Amino acid sequence: MIGLGSMLRKELLEQWRTRRMLVVAVVFTALGIGSPLLARYTPELVKALAGDQFQIAVPPPTAADAVGQFLKNLGQAGVLTAILLAMGSVAVEKERGTAALLLTKPISRGAFLLAKLLAIATTLLVGLLLAAIAGYAYTAILFEALPPLGWGAMAGLLLLGLIGYASLTFLGSTLARSSLAAAAIGIGAMVVLLILSALPSIGPFTPGGLDALGAAMAVGKDPGALIGPVLVNLAGVAAVFGIAWLVFRRQEL
Amino acid sequence: MTLPPNEAAILCRALTKRYGAVTALETLDLEVPTGSVFGFLGPNGAGKTTTIRLLASLAQATSGEASLAGVAVGGGEPNRRGLVGYLDQDPRFHNWMTPRELLDLVGRLHRMSERDRRARSDEVLETVGLTGASRRPIGTLSGGMRQRLGIAQAILNRPPILLLDEPVSSLDPEGRVDLLAVIRALGGSSTVLFSTHILTDVERVCDRVAILDHGRLVTTGPMTELLERYARPVYRVEPEDGQADALGRLVAALRDAPFVTHVEETTGGLRVAVSDAADAGHRLLAMVAAHGVPLLVFERQRPTLEDVFLQLVGRRAHEPEAAA
Repeated sequence: MIGLGSMLRKELLEQWRTRRMLVVAVVFTALGIGSPLLARYTPELVKALAGDQFQIAVPPPTAADAVGQFLKNLGQAGVLTAILLAMGSVAVEKERGTAALLLTKPISRGAFLLAKLLAIATTLLVGLLLAAIAGYAYTAILFEALPPLGWGAMAGLLLLGLIGYASLTFLGSTLARSSLAAAAIGIGAMVVLLILSALPSIGPFTPGGLDALGAAMAVGKDPGALIGPVLVNLAGVAAVFGIAWLVFRRQEL
Repeated sequence: MTLPPNEAAILCRALTKRYGAVTALETLDLEVPTGSVFGFLGPNGAGKTTTIRLLASLAQATSGEASLAGVAVGGGEPNRRGLVGYLDQDPRFHNWMTPRELLDLVGRLHRMSERDRRARSDEVLETVGLTGASRRPIGTLSGGMRQRLGIAQAILNRPPILLLDEPVSSLDPEGRVDLLAVIRALGGSSTVLFSTHILTDVERVCDRVAILDHGRLVTTGPMTELLERYARPVYRVEPEDGQADALGRLVAALRDAPFVTHVEETTGGLRVAVSDAADAGHRLLAMVAAHGVPLLVFERQRPTLEDVFLQLVGRRAHEPEAAA
């Protein structure tokens, strides 16, 4: 991969200088803090809103609810973030002509693409790391201290799912000449994966299926078969990247 | 890296590029000798940019082959070996970067040491006159400054081959002269392929030229040879003031004269291209006298590349093609 290090340095600098990394870090951290808070105070909010006229039985919240809330919030915002980060990554460079500038230098097209995907993954990693630390701390304060390794594994599985969505949008960005078309491909892939996640035989192997495994691990339960879904998702990211490379290596700029 | 002299730095054999039904480049055979500053001429749509993009591995040839310093172009290998400096006709950069950061990135990609990157960046920034703007975001630079930056990034690693597509099109006259001098100075150490439709620029800096039209090579060779071979003798006729009517009649008569190949009305006079200088000198002067045009200037001019171009392509380089 000729030029990967230099290109990755440029991509990470771009994530920082265009404030993408900062925005993702702030939003994810806020969601990491907010998720246990929402889980803890939702019953009281519901009671307050219902008033005296209705009696709603709400079970006392637990740490598992905080985990569920965390996965729901970070999952939804994370997918959206992954699509936003990836949609313009290649398409905009092709559209503006900056890809042509770089690719006449000693850099392979594979390195050009890989640096971009790694930079997106790094931004998601930084955001999720901060969110996980904040979420873990607030869950410990408001509920109980959960096993840190399980919590970390949950965040790792969530990250893998988000990278999956990012890679699909990234493929769209490689195929298309505009970021909007790339976003449409990413959203389309997300809808398909959501439908597939509802199927019992396929669901556990989708990014959504990883969330369920993560939820079990975070509260110290046995998630069951873990290696298979993880490997399938990793292979999926690699395969999608491979297709993007095959398309891009012969693409005219 | 330096290339062996007396060998073609750029070689195209039957290079063809089609976009659907449109043929942008038709079986181009071209040899650019090592160390030359090679002017690549043609009107808009002649195939100049297509050729340069093929050589820079930004597009794929439909058929034929090309090589840079003996390395086949197809898979982008010349780029990976750092053989090529490339400047797009409308250079675009990452607006969040500064010129210095861009040059640092380019230097890193060329595996230059930090010391070399810094020293060479200072040098090229000074060469293109961007030292004062080197820490400004590129997004705040003018079009001309971006074009200068484009030259700077192209020459940073002293590549043996430079592909410059309309490199001075956005510059003011002063900047144009400065950068043409830079390009001329690169000859010898680098082989420069320089596309443009501004023929005076080519005359200033190039030792060899190729003329393209409709995707086909019309001619190629050393500049002096082309001028001798193709440029017809040209006379400048400048009348005294207030001779518009007589001059109009003279122009009409000249356009019908068999020894006149082209008449161009210029500010203050005429440029008349003729087929035979010895004969035409007398006949032309006789016609001017017969139409009662009092003269300020009557002189035979040195033929220019513009005359060669006109002779071969049938219109001036900047003129759009007449509708069929």
